[in-house]
Amino acid sequence: MNESQVWALEVEDLTVAYADKPVLWDIDLQVPKGVKMAIIGPNGAGKSTLVKAAMGLVKPVAGEVRVFGKSRESAEGQIAYVPQRSTLSWDFPTDVIDVVTMGTYGRVGWFRRCGAAEKKEAEAALDQVGMSEFARRPIAALSGGQQQRVLLARALVQAAPIYILDEPFQGVDAPTERAIIEVLDGLADDGKTIIVVHHDLQTVPEYFDAVLLLNVRAIDSGPVGDVFTEENLRLTFGGRVGVLAASGAGGV
Amino acid sequence: MDIFGDYTLRLVALGSAVLGATSGALGSFAYLRRQSLLGDAVSHAALPGIVLAFMLTGSKVPLVLMLGAGMAGWIGTLAVQVVVRRSRVPYDSALGIVLAVFFGFGLVLLTHIQKFPNAAQAGLESFLFGQAASLLRRDVVTMAVLGAAALLALVLLWKEFKLLSFDPDFAASLGLPVRRLDGLLTLLLVVAIIIGLQTVGVVLMSAMIVAPGAAARQWTRRLAPMVAVAAAIGIFSGVTGSVLSSYIPRLPTGPTIVLVLSVIVVVSLLMAPQRGLLWRSLRLGVLRTAPDLDPVLMHLYALSHQHPDDPDHGHSVAVIRTMSPPEAKVDAALEQLADRGLARRTADAGWAPTPIGRREAQRILDREAGEES
Repeated sequence: MNESQVWALEVEDLTVAYADKPVLWDIDLQVPKGVKMAIIGPNGAGKSTLVKAAMGLVKPVAGEVRVFGKSRESAEGQIAYVPQRSTLSWDFPTDVIDVVTMGTYGRVGWFRRCGAAEKKEAEAALDQVGMSEFARRPIAALSGGQQQRVLLARALVQAAPIYILDEPFQGVDAPTERAIIEVLDGLADDGKTIIVVHHDLQTVPEYFDAVLLLNVRAIDSGPVGDVFTEENLRLTFGGRVGVLAASGAGGV
Repeated sequence: MDIFGDYTLRLVALGSAVLGATSGALGSFAYLRRQSLLGDAVSHAALPGIVLAFMLTGSKVPLVLMLGAGMAGWIGTLAVQVVVRRSRVPYDSALGIVLAVFFGFGLVLLTHIQKFPNAAQAGLESFLFGQAASLLRRDVVTMAVLGAAALLALVLLWKEFKLLSFDPDFAASLGLPVRRLDGLLTLLLVVAIIIGLQTVGVVLMSAMIVAPGAAARQWTRRLAPMVAVAAAIGIFSGVTGSVLSSYIPRLPTGPTIVLVLSVIVVVSLLMAPQRGLLWRSLRLGVLRTAPDLDPVLMHLYALSHQHPDDPDHGHSVAVIRTMSPPEAKVDAALEQLADRGLARRTADAGWAPTPIGRREAQRILDREAGEES
């Protein structure tokens, strides 16, 4: 890596506070193009907030986010976002194909309806996540894993160079987890950059090649082999390290 | 019925239909965005605007009064936002505060102008509960034009409003101006409310906003049909209420419309397929007989720990059955676990967890440990 490298995502001196309480403190992060990076940290570490700040959904107190070297504002359409499944109202009256088609709304433009081309893209994305038969199913009738796949398909139709997923494996069944990982691997093979807020320490070395350890401050970030150490995990998670050694970092 | 009575009825029915269509369509979005109380706050907040508009202009032209109502209602929504952003008062309390303050102020103004000897103010108090019989041709024309404009805006920005209502964060991530869209949709809701104030009144107007959407949601599974059905329910209630109140003496139109609407809501909540209470109680019966997978998986996982070096070691169904409560459907659960790739049959006709099943079980354990800590 040379000095002049353009990072896919670069966060500089980022501080975010809710009601005077800092949830992210002076974060610096460089995400190289084409990596699969996990964001790991205890509850309340600011993982989702970091992702939202990168998307421009929360306003930082200080700091900057750059996408491919440019300011975040000018990087519209560069990042496809998969929000946490549980933050959505799944009782909304719509069906699967409609939700996936929403991924094209940024491209379609004002006052225009989505046409056959958009529908075709949505069907292809549904096929990629193995949900083709569910196209006309109301979203209220989906299981947790199916919901997650639909959200992933919606991000896929955006065809963005960067994918940010917030807790995509939370409460999903094993086949869905496999399906998501396969899709993410495919995206990585196409040179896309993938950032995942992740919960399960055990699977970090298997699923990802880079990791950010976060607990309000950025403890460390870089390749999994260098950064995902017991020492760093202790710094990130504090006292609960006994559990960690047994379940995660010991295998690295 | 003489010709004049017929004409009045037709006018009132037409006005009520316009009001029902707009409040039904726009109210659906308020319902889906869980902003039902906002409609209540806006309609109550409109009262001082109506009285002030009259005091400043001395006119009772509908457009003037609606403008006053709309501005007061809009200022009310802004006041709610300011309270929420600048203090620790939660959203619903802020709505309550704004509703009470504005409505109280409106009542004070209304009482104040009653003292004037001039009879021009007569009729303003009918905005409290509405007085459909006072609808004139120019009122209905104003309502129709405003309603058509609001519905046109809704159609033009349909996909943006849909996405805003379903997933505002994702809308923002696409680069849509979420705050401006949110403001516009709220403005359209204000328009829908002021259209109905003369007919239904500030006190009952919120029912016209919430109820059609709530009823329509029970019968539909997609947004466009839901909004269409809500508008149809609004129109039907408006027309039926007008006709009923014109044939039965001393039956006020606004409250009658709301009563018709309430009957539709109750029927919808009870009877609708899939979502209705009757349907759900039937379906709950089916769910109760479905096998519970997690405990069986946990037993398999626990058994597999006895043979850490031999992941293929199978355990008989009988063993798992003795570990389970007598009413558990162990065989069905095992089959379903196999379907999901979590368990498999072993060579010795027993059962073992798959690697995925083992991880799933560990995850359930971790989650339970996490909940206890």
